[in-house]
Amino acid sequence: MKRQLDTKRKLYTLCILVQDIPGVLSQVARLFSRKGYNIESIVSGETDLPGITRITIGILADQGMIEQIAAQCSKLLPVTAVKILDEETSIRREVALVKVGAADRNARDEVIQLANIFRAKVIDVGRESLTLGIFGSGSKITALIGMLTDFGILEIAKTGTIAIERGRSTIYDDNKLKEEYDYGKHVL
Amino acid sequence: MKIRATQAIMECLLEQEVDTVFGYPGGTILNVYDELYRYQGKIRHVLTAHEQGASHAADGYARSTGKVGVCFATSGPGATNLTTGIATAYLDSSPVVFITCNVGENLLGRDAFQEVDSTGIAMPITKAAFLVRDARQIPDVMRQAFAVAATGRPGPVLIDFLKNVTAPSQEIDYTFIPWRENRENRESSGMQALNESRRTQKPEPDRQDIRILLEMIAKAKRPLLICGGGVVRGRAHREFRAFAEKLDAPVAITLMGGGAFPGGHPLTTGMIGMHGSRASNVACDECDLLIAVGSRFSDRVALDPATFAAQSKIVQIDIDRAEIDKNVVTDHHIIGSARRVLSLLNEEMPQYHHEEWKTRILPLRAPSAAPESEHLTPQQILEIIRQRAPKDAIVATDVGQHQMWAIKYLHFDYPGQLLTSGGFGTMGFGLGAAIGAQMGNPDKRVLHITGDGCFRMNCHELCTVEHYGLPIVSVVFNNGTLGMVRQWQNLIYDKRFSETTLDRGPDFVKLAEAYGLRGFRVTNRAEMEDALEQALAGGNGAVIDCVLDADEMVRPMVAAGSPITDFLLNEEGRA
Repeated sequence: MKRQLDTKRKLYTLCILVQDIPGVLSQVARLFSRKGYNIESIVSGETDLPGITRITIGILADQGMIEQIAAQCSKLLPVTAVKILDEETSIRREVALVKVGAADRNARDEVIQLANIFRAKVIDVGRESLTLGIFGSGSKITALIGMLTDFGILEIAKTGTIAIERGRSTIYDDNKLKEEYDYGKHVL
Repeated sequence: MKIRATQAIMECLLEQEVDTVFGYPGGTILNVYDELYRYQGKIRHVLTAHEQGASHAADGYARSTGKVGVCFATSGPGATNLTTGIATAYLDSSPVVFITCNVGENLLGRDAFQEVDSTGIAMPITKAAFLVRDARQIPDVMRQAFAVAATGRPGPVLIDFLKNVTAPSQEIDYTFIPWRENRENRESSGMQALNESRRTQKPEPDRQDIRILLEMIAKAKRPLLICGGGVVRGRAHREFRAFAEKLDAPVAITLMGGGAFPGGHPLTTGMIGMHGSRASNVACDECDLLIAVGSRFSDRVALDPATFAAQSKIVQIDIDRAEIDKNVVTDHHIIGSARRVLSLLNEEMPQYHHEEWKTRILPLRAPSAAPESEHLTPQQILEIIRQRAPKDAIVATDVGQHQMWAIKYLHFDYPGQLLTSGGFGTMGFGLGAAIGAQMGNPDKRVLHITGDGCFRMNCHELCTVEHYGLPIVSVVFNNGTLGMVRQWQNLIYDKRFSETTLDRGPDFVKLAEAYGLRGFRVTNRAEMEDALEQALAGGNGAVIDCVLDADEMVRPMVAAGSPITDFLLNEEGRA
């Protein structure tokens, strides 16, 4: 039976394991620009496997789009695994550093209170500013930033979203799809 | 053993049994060419007029021989001149290793003379692009490049050596490992890295998927086969033919599939798609099971994906998983090489008979010999070629009307007989490809079929034809216009012939003579017969300038994006 694709746009997270070789990040990223898709966020970091990097990309897409992109990613030689995660099946987190203006003690106290409510950490304090660090879901960080606007935000540094699947299954798990992509990549 | 870095490059080529390379020297690649000078007896270098010609020649060599083509160029403009050729090879999955050199490490990224980010440019149009900054990587990278180019879905690979890596003072450890030797020895660290994450050690098509297809076949009353370029690349023509005959189904051939199934076979319905035959397109519309082998349902085949084979279950057999459901949503797929999948199917499939279905489809094939006329027609030219040129002649085409006519009126019987730029549609591909094919197949006749627009683009390669004494015959379908574009303007743009009239020089006969070749101009059937006879008889290259009417059209035609049986133009002799 031909599959019916969900045409509703939502925020997907695409997790891609790649061999850590020069140019691999741009090789992955160009697949999005080629199609004119906007990357909402992109994070690249080490994994538990030496020489393997995990690239996590947030993208607003419908099912057809995300599967196309995932297919093109999976086909790249340095890519060893690709997983499409959505809100229901995964845990997503971000990190943000927010520098807030806080000229007097009252302002500082209020900011620290807010930080406690949001379980953010005060990382740096100066006479005229405070820097908070927060780890959490995108909506939580947005909410905190919204509250802090009143005090005057001096600078924000944010990572993109990282994500991991709920439950026992991992990106390393073998499945038929992965095997099918691997078929075309064998060089011996 | 310690040897020079450049020597290692040559030895690695010999490992891969490369005996012919195409290219053009320049500043940064001097060291490599200096080494090539020492290897003259072992590696033949073919010098073209332009890097683009070299890239198409290496591609044509690869397509016609089934081996990996090799092409050299220098940095900067040398590398960018290759890009059209690389993209052409990429879109048609042709295995070519492109070797360029770049400026030295100390100049890299400083906008040095003739510096360009070659690997960056090549990234979207290669299977892999390597930048070599350390001479010790040479053997590993060379072996990987050839392996990547030739395996899986074949395609081009670029290796960019920094100039300092090729310096004569660079010496590296090297052991000659013949390509055919056992795998353990050949496995370099780089290839291990490529493979270690792959699950199966010996990839095999999924047996369950094969069984599902066999069940679908058993239920089908009106099966149709599509023979795609994958059958050509995988040299799976014998398996495909056996499969088609056992299934007893009509076979539609895509442009890239030309040669994979005999053009004169009783089951052939001809090309499918935009300029597909009525038989192919109607079969596609009426079939109840469509099995595409090595075909990606490009927009020239599945013009309107939504209505494509709407009554049918669609099955895709391909080596590249990313092609499944890309353009047309399928009901079932099998991942594997065409040859392996088809032989597994052949083992278990009984002989079928689909008389009723064949009686419906096969009579739709357009018959007809070329009608007599005072003026020369495209069909006449190709009939004469079919009658007078050797049956196994390799045909390289350019892109446009002449390409479609050639596919329609000539028969191709083995993979590598038809060389044409299908995916990228590169005007100017043909002459380079013909040169490569002739180099790789010295005993075969090579014909270059082109139009006046395409020929003008890369006709400077006639000097290569002349210099190497290649007996290539270029047949120019000269209608004084950019015919295919004019055809669209005729049919869709209300005859506004915007910039498609090519009423200008050169005189192709004089041009051929200027290059030291023979030139003929023909305006009717008798002259064409005579000219072809003479052209084929001489030992050197020739150009036949065939004067045609500007408004000759490729028939039939379905407009882009339309359902496959909505013919904008019918076949000749039909209303």
